[in-house]
Amino acid sequence: MSAAATTENKPAAPAIEKIKVKVDGREIEVPRLIADWSGKLTPTTMIQACELAKTEVPHYCWHPKLPVVGNCRMCLVEFGTPALGPDRKPVLNPDGTPKIAKSPRPAISCATPVSPGMEIYTKTPAVKQMREGVLESLLINHPLDCPICDQAGECKLQEYSVDYGQSASRFVEAKVHKPKAVDLGPRIMLDAERCILCTRCIRFTRDIAGDDALGIINRGSYNTIATFPGAPFDNNYTLNTVDVCPVGALTSKDFRFQMRAWFLKETKSVCTSCATGCNILIGSREEKIYRYTPRDNDAVNASWMCDAGRLNYKWIGRADRLQDVWVRGQKSSWPAAIRELADKLKQAPAGSVAIIASARQTNEELWLLAKLKARLGALSDAIPREGESDKLLVSADRNPNTNGARLTGICFTEMGINLVKIADGIASGKIKTLIVFGENIVKRAVAHDKLRERETISEVVDEHGITAELLGKLDALIVSDILPNETTRLAHFVLPGAAPAEKRGTFTSGKGRVQKFMKAVEAPGVARAEWEFLQELVHHVTGQNNGLTVESLFNQMAREVAAFNGLTWQALGDTGVTVQI
Amino acid sequence: MAQEYKLILKHADEPGYTPDMECYLRHGGYQALKKALALPVKDLPDGKKLSGPEQIREDVKVSGLRGRGGAGFSCGLKWSFVDRKSGKPIYLICNADESEPGTFKDRQIIHKDPHQLIEGMIISCFANDVKLAYIYIRGEMPEGARILNQALKEARAKNFLGKNILGTGYDLEMHVHRGAGAYICGEETGLIESLEGKRPYPRIKPPYFPAILGLWMCPTIVNNVETLCNVKHIVTLSGAEFAKLGTPNNTGTRIVSLSGQVKRPGYYEIEVGKATLGELINDPKFGGGLREGRRLKAIIPGGSSSKVLKAGEKFKLKKKDAEGKEILVETDVLDLPYDFDSLAQAGTMSGSSAIIVMDDSVDIVGALANLSEFYAHESCGQCTPCREGSLWMNRTLQRLTHGEGRRQDADYLGKIADNIPGGRTICAFGEACSWPVQSFLAKFKDEFVAKGAADEARRAQSISGAAAGTSVAPVAPH
Amino acid sequence: MSFQATPQLEAEVNELISHYPVKRAASLMVLHAIQEQFGWISQEAVQWTAKKLDLQPINVFEILTFYPMLRQEPQGKYQIKVCRTLSCALGGAYELHHHFCAKLGLDAHKHGPQTTSDGKFTVEFVECLASCGTAPVMMVGEKFYEGVSHAKADEIMGGCK
Repeated sequence: MSAAATTENKPAAPAIEKIKVKVDGREIEVPRLIADWSGKLTPTTMIQACELAKTEVPHYCWHPKLPVVGNCRMCLVEFGTPALGPDRKPVLNPDGTPKIAKSPRPAISCATPVSPGMEIYTKTPAVKQMREGVLESLLINHPLDCPICDQAGECKLQEYSVDYGQSASRFVEAKVHKPKAVDLGPRIMLDAERCILCTRCIRFTRDIAGDDALGIINRGSYNTIATFPGAPFDNNYTLNTVDVCPVGALTSKDFRFQMRAWFLKETKSVCTSCATGCNILIGSREEKIYRYTPRDNDAVNASWMCDAGRLNYKWIGRADRLQDVWVRGQKSSWPAAIRELADKLKQAPAGSVAIIASARQTNEELWLLAKLKARLGALSDAIPREGESDKLLVSADRNPNTNGARLTGICFTEMGINLVKIADGIASGKIKTLIVFGENIVKRAVAHDKLRERETISEVVDEHGITAELLGKLDALIVSDILPNETTRLAHFVLPGAAPAEKRGTFTSGKGRVQKFMKAVEAPGVARAEWEFLQELVHHVTGQNNGLTVESLFNQMAREVAAFNGLTWQALGDTGVTVQI
Repeated sequence: MAQEYKLILKHADEPGYTPDMECYLRHGGYQALKKALALPVKDLPDGKKLSGPEQIREDVKVSGLRGRGGAGFSCGLKWSFVDRKSGKPIYLICNADESEPGTFKDRQIIHKDPHQLIEGMIISCFANDVKLAYIYIRGEMPEGARILNQALKEARAKNFLGKNILGTGYDLEMHVHRGAGAYICGEETGLIESLEGKRPYPRIKPPYFPAILGLWMCPTIVNNVETLCNVKHIVTLSGAEFAKLGTPNNTGTRIVSLSGQVKRPGYYEIEVGKATLGELINDPKFGGGLREGRRLKAIIPGGSSSKVLKAGEKFKLKKKDAEGKEILVETDVLDLPYDFDSLAQAGTMSGSSAIIVMDDSVDIVGALANLSEFYAHESCGQCTPCREGSLWMNRTLQRLTHGEGRRQDADYLGKIADNIPGGRTICAFGEACSWPVQSFLAKFKDEFVAKGAADEARRAQSISGAAAGTSVAPVAPH
Repeated sequence: MSFQATPQLEAEVNELISHYPVKRAASLMVLHAIQEQFGWISQEAVQWTAKKLDLQPINVFEILTFYPMLRQEPQGKYQIKVCRTLSCALGGAYELHHHFCAKLGLDAHKHGPQTTSDGKFTVEFVECLASCGTAPVMMVGEKFYEGVSHAKADEIMGGCK
């Protein structure tokens, strides 16, 4: 199994020699070698040179993150190289420039390396004619069912048809019929008639996901993508094949027939299902999320994300979302609740408050909670969340911001180590107020005495003694969450929070990548981004600043938290910055 | 007068000649191998030394031997491309996937004289430091595979194969690998993929030139059966002597497969270029002419992929006059010397040296439809222009031969064919499937137009319009 | 129905595998060996082959479905393969194929292999068998016949007991 190409923590590459080539008459310098799909340095190809020259070469099978196969033939270009005389020396034109010998045959730009002095021609009549020919070939047996095709609007056949298509087909033969609506696996449908056999899906699952599950069966014009009969295409990365499919052959069962792609608003965000922090686009329309798709970030997830993370969005739209502020069982309002909480916390004796935060909260939110912690002398911690890791993207740490919790001082390196102390504090009556953010702590609680029987601390990180019974001893249980749960039901104060897709903020990934995410949809009811109301609370308790934007908040945090020193919201860009962890 | 010259087939058809080791040895078999293995290091005037293998490679260059599979590429040059510094093993594969319609020469060698091939292979392997070689034989030749396996067994028993061959310290193993019905496996990189146990999809070049990144990404030589046999004779004769056979740049002999509508179809070995197309078709020693009352219509000169020639066509051939000056000589199609270069000058190729003759009883549209069906069936489907184009052309031609033609189908077909060749595809199959269409159309366009027009007229007349559609043989009933 | 390899097949396959430095290369030869013994290649046989060669079943299935000589369903006892390509067609291959079909009650216009209802014969057109000089040619199983006249065809059929 090969890992996705990332540039994470790599030492600076040695300087690579540059060579001069011309793309449609324009001279540019390109590196002689470029990292290929696997990260290995290989000779720069014509398509890469064209990309560097900002000249688009249409293509179907080529994908920068997949092995090159050269089967679609859409990227054919003409080219020439400096002519050599019998003495192997360059032949010169009368004006002293090197004479270029134009190749009698075209070449696929995806697989042909550039050489010094090479001239690439992408706009000649012959190139245009070849593209038209390939496109026509791809379309003759294509169903042309764009009106009901999920790919419509983001289909490469449609896109290139605008440039190289004909208004009327001259094809008068019967089309080849192939299987339609093939259930390829639990999340993927195949329409073999739409397929252009570029094999991107095969290469992805074989060479990236390490699951050699797809192949081409039959021969010639009857070639068809397939699994072995009775062996469903089912790994945790199958939906990436839908992304790499340039046409509507592979569709996501989750997304198909749900929404036309062109109606979707795309918001840059980060997946929150584990510590990897895959960059994503949230596709939404009218405050409803329809899909997550991976967003390129070579330092994190290349072009991929796992299926589990991709489909982990439906809870955001659940009807039972917490939408109101509740104080002791009565609906309240933000100003009233925040005022009462602030008064309560201001008067709390040192050490009588504990904070259990969540490593699913943003850096800014955790930092604000850390401010409260400092002011109140509170014990604090967060709840670890562990699972199995894989070799590609999934991290064993299922919290998106464990490092954020550590770097802001909410928890120690070993998250959860303080939970026992908090339980003890509540039991002894020392801790009277517990602030819980985004964690249904009761869910994982086990009876106090049983917990003591465990031998080592490391075994109890997932479980702790903070039971519902224990929570009953508190004077105040302050809970912010997104969905109702047992803990919110026990709470004296319920503060409805926002899902990551409903707010802006930053996470610090397992590898220390600080990445920001944008707001895709509005939170329901009066639910608010936690950083907003936490900021008010902190202001009322500590008297420190208020009314900052998330940008300013981040920048202020970056000044105060050592690990983030030097960062700015703006400098994070779309793909984040790696910090020392 | 042209005549047969039997070098490769010297013994094969002699009465009593059998494919076993004893018979081969009685006929001087494996002497060339012994000679090759025993070549002493040669001191060159410049002080350099040439090892035995290097001398053989040099001699193959001197011989001018060109590949007998179809492309006619210099064998010595092909061997010179082999990456000998990679540290990886070098493999040799004998391409015995004889599948080019019209061709049946390798079958004769394999069935009748397998040891000649094996001897040629062992010498070629020795010359190229190959330790493991394969014979990729087409699946439809199970008997040939059995004969080769038996011959290999015999060769192992005599220590012509195996460890420390004849005490020289040279090790070589060789195995037979069977195809299973795929023309594309004749393409050398498709063959390599097939041998590796994958779909025989030809590889993109660059980067996968067999001489550098071939079988299992190691340097690999793929040579045709007849080519490898010739290596034996080059060692026996010396490269310089071999080069005296045939004509300049077209040295040695070729086994010509002659089929179609001649009186004496069969295989004939000739010195390359020493017989004309006309002689091969009409001479009583060769094809013996056409059937009574028939006239020549068309010749496919080098296997079904070569561009068709039309009876009566004239070409300007480059020749040297008495003073050695290059002149152009108008030459009738039947006077074309049967060699690589003359046929190339006539815009076609000698390919696998398979001539298919068609007389005036042939329905030219049906003949092309027949070939087109072959190519549609055999396209591997890897790359777009060939996968889609081969079937498109076939569907059009089947329509045309089933009474549903249109007057414009000739132009329509030509445009489809024009979108396939010329480097648009991964391998030469693109050319192979489109050249027949392009050339049939270029030379017999009127017949295609007439066919479409007749269909149109009949449809216009008949309200029902139902033309009887049956599978059609490309020839009028006898 | 699960696929049961005989010890003899196991031994043959192990020998084949030893011919190649990479196991996968034996795929085609292993499939030939299985078909020789069973007459066709079932999906269980594909799984067995994949396991034997450390492959995924789809890797083997990709090959099985590519090569027309490899069969995914049981065939007639005698498999008649008539060469269809140009030289044989010029020599009467279509008439020969038609002759077989007519004699055996099969549809000469149907594409692909057809098996008689008694399971005795499978008749099909195949592409060039590389014996164009003796057209029309055909095979019955692994046996090769040249210059097949209709009388010779009847004789061949008669010889199939």
